[in-house]
Amino acid sequence: MLPDYRITAGFVPLTDSMLLIVAQEKGFAGGEGVDLKLVKESSWANIRDRVAIGHFDVAHMLAPMPIAASLGLTPLAVPVIAAMALGLGGNAVTVSTNLWARMKAAGAPDDLAAGPVGRALKQVVEGTEQKLRFAVVHPHSGHNYELRYWLAASGIDPDRKVEIVVLPPPLMPDALAGGSIDGYCVGEPWNSLAVVAGAGRIATVKAAIWPRSPEKVLGVAESWAFRNTEALSALLRALYLAAHWCGQPDNHAEAASLLSSPAYLDRPVDVIGAALSGRLLVGGGQRQDVPEFFVPHDHRANLPSVTEALWFYSQMVRWGDVAHTADNARLAQESFRPDLYRSAVGGLAPDLGQASDRVMDTTAFFDGIGFEPTDLDHYIASQRPYA
Amino acid sequence: MPHRDLSILIIDDNRLRATIIEDGLREAGHLTVTVVDSSNDAARRIVEVSPDVVVIDLENPNRDRLEHFFSLSRALKKPIAMFVDRSDAAEIEAAVDAGVSAYVVDGLKKERVKPILDMAISRFNAFARLTRELEEARSALEDRKIIDQAKAILIKNRGLAEADAYALLRRTAMNQNRKIVEIAQSLITASGLLEP
Repeated sequence: MLPDYRITAGFVPLTDSMLLIVAQEKGFAGGEGVDLKLVKESSWANIRDRVAIGHFDVAHMLAPMPIAASLGLTPLAVPVIAAMALGLGGNAVTVSTNLWARMKAAGAPDDLAAGPVGRALKQVVEGTEQKLRFAVVHPHSGHNYELRYWLAASGIDPDRKVEIVVLPPPLMPDALAGGSIDGYCVGEPWNSLAVVAGAGRIATVKAAIWPRSPEKVLGVAESWAFRNTEALSALLRALYLAAHWCGQPDNHAEAASLLSSPAYLDRPVDVIGAALSGRLLVGGGQRQDVPEFFVPHDHRANLPSVTEALWFYSQMVRWGDVAHTADNARLAQESFRPDLYRSAVGGLAPDLGQASDRVMDTTAFFDGIGFEPTDLDHYIASQRPYA
Repeated sequence: MPHRDLSILIIDDNRLRATIIEDGLREAGHLTVTVVDSSNDAARRIVEVSPDVVVIDLENPNRDRLEHFFSLSRALKKPIAMFVDRSDAAEIEAAVDAGVSAYVVDGLKKERVKPILDMAISRFNAFARLTRELEEARSALEDRKIIDQAKAILIKNRGLAEADAYALLRRTAMNQNRKIVEIAQSLITASGLLEP
C-alpha cells in the first residue's frame, strides 16, 4: 500500500503553475502516495505568509522569493528553500499599442529580438519628456530583475529614466488599455490576453533576454522540509513525472484544457495553448514562433540551480535590495537545494546523478555579458550602479 | 498622559465588511479611521492619511502593490514595517485564518496594536459567519420554494393532499438516499418535459 502524504500547495493562476496542476489532475501525485490539495491565491504576499505560518506546506513561488525570505528582506520572513524549479522562461514584455507605434518608428523589429527592440525603446525614452511607466508583479521577481537587466543593458536607467511599479497580473491588461501604464513584464496568459484585447503588443520575451532562464520554483519552508523529508521526496518525484509529461508537445492541448478550467486559470484554452507551444500572437495579427518560450522539463529545467540563485542575488544587490556580503551570498546560495531534488528523483532520472547544475549557458544573456558565479564580486562591481 | 489617537487605514474592497470594522474601531474609541478600496487611488490616500496601522483583507490582489508602496519609505513619514511582531505567531495565524493582514508603523508598541488587530480579526470572523448564515438561509429558502413547487405538481396531477405529497417526496428521497430537494427538482424537470 502506498503511504498517504497529505500536502497542501498554494499557487497563483499562471501558465507556469502547470506542473502542480498536472501532478494533481493526471494522477502523478496519487501515484507517489501524495494527496495533493491545491489552493489558488490572489497575491504573492499571501503565498509567502501562508507558507510562513504553515497553511501551505509548499507553494508555486517566484524564484527570488526564497532568497528574499532567507535574507529577511520581507515581512513574516522565515527561511524558505527552493526544492525544485518549475520551468524556464515563460515571461514577456508587453507594451501599449501607442508605445509600440513609437518604438516601431524608432526601428523596433517584429521578431522580439531583445537588443534591437531595447535600442528602439531607448530612442523613444530619450525623445520623451514624460517618464514611461512599466509594471512588474513583485519587487522580488524574475520579471522585475529581467526587465531591469534588459532596460539597463539597452542604455535605459530603470530607476531614473522610467518608473517601475508593482501591479497584480489580472489588472495589467486593463491598466495598459486605460493608459495608466505603458508596458509590463509578466508571465502568461497576461501578455497574450492584452494582445487579444487589442491593448498591447508583445515587444520581447524572457527567452530572448536570457534564454532558458529560471522563473518559478517550488518554495518550501525549511522547517517543513526538514520534518517531512519523505513526503517532500514523494512530491518531487510526482512533479518530476508531471514535468516530463508537460514537456511532450503532444500533451500541450490536453494541458491547456486542464489549465483553462475555472478551478485553475479560468482563461481561454487557445490563449494558454499558444503560450505552451510558443506560437505567440504578438499583436497586429502576427504570430511569432518562440521555440523555447516556456520550457517545463528539457535541459534539466527542474534542477534548482545554485548558479541562478546567485545571479538573482547579484541583481538584488545591484538594485539596492540588499548589501553584498559573503554571508548574504551564502544565504542566497543555500536557499536553492539541488541536492534534495537530485536525491529524490535520482532513481527516475539517472542522468541527474552526476550533474552538479543545470545545462545552461551563462553567457547567453542578450548583451553577451557572461555571469560567472565564481567571480561574483567582480560581476557585482562591474554592474553598479547600472551597466 | 493619553496617547495620540492612532490613525487607522482600512483597505477592503468589501464595503460592508469595511464598515463593520470601522464601526467596531470607533466604538472602541478610535476616531481616526479611514476606509478605502484598492480600486480608487489607494496609494494617494495612504500618503494623505499617513496611517499608523493599515488593515487589509487577504483576498485583495493589490496586496503586492500596496506592500511595495509601503516599502518605499519616502512615501510615508515613517516606514510601515511589517505585520505584527514575529514573536506573536498565534496572533498572526489567527489573522490569516480570518483573512486579514495588518501593517504597522515601525516602533509602535505591541500593546497598542494588538487590540486593533483583535478587533479586525473578530469582526472579519463575525462577517464570515454572517455571510455563511445568510447563504444557508438563502439556500434553505430556495429549497423550500422548489419543494413547494413539486408538491403543487403532485397535488394537481395525482390528486394528493399536501401532507401526502410531502410524504411521497420524503419517502422517495429516503429510498434513493438523496435529498428531498433533489427529488423535488427532478420531479419539476420531468414534469416540465412532459408539458404539452
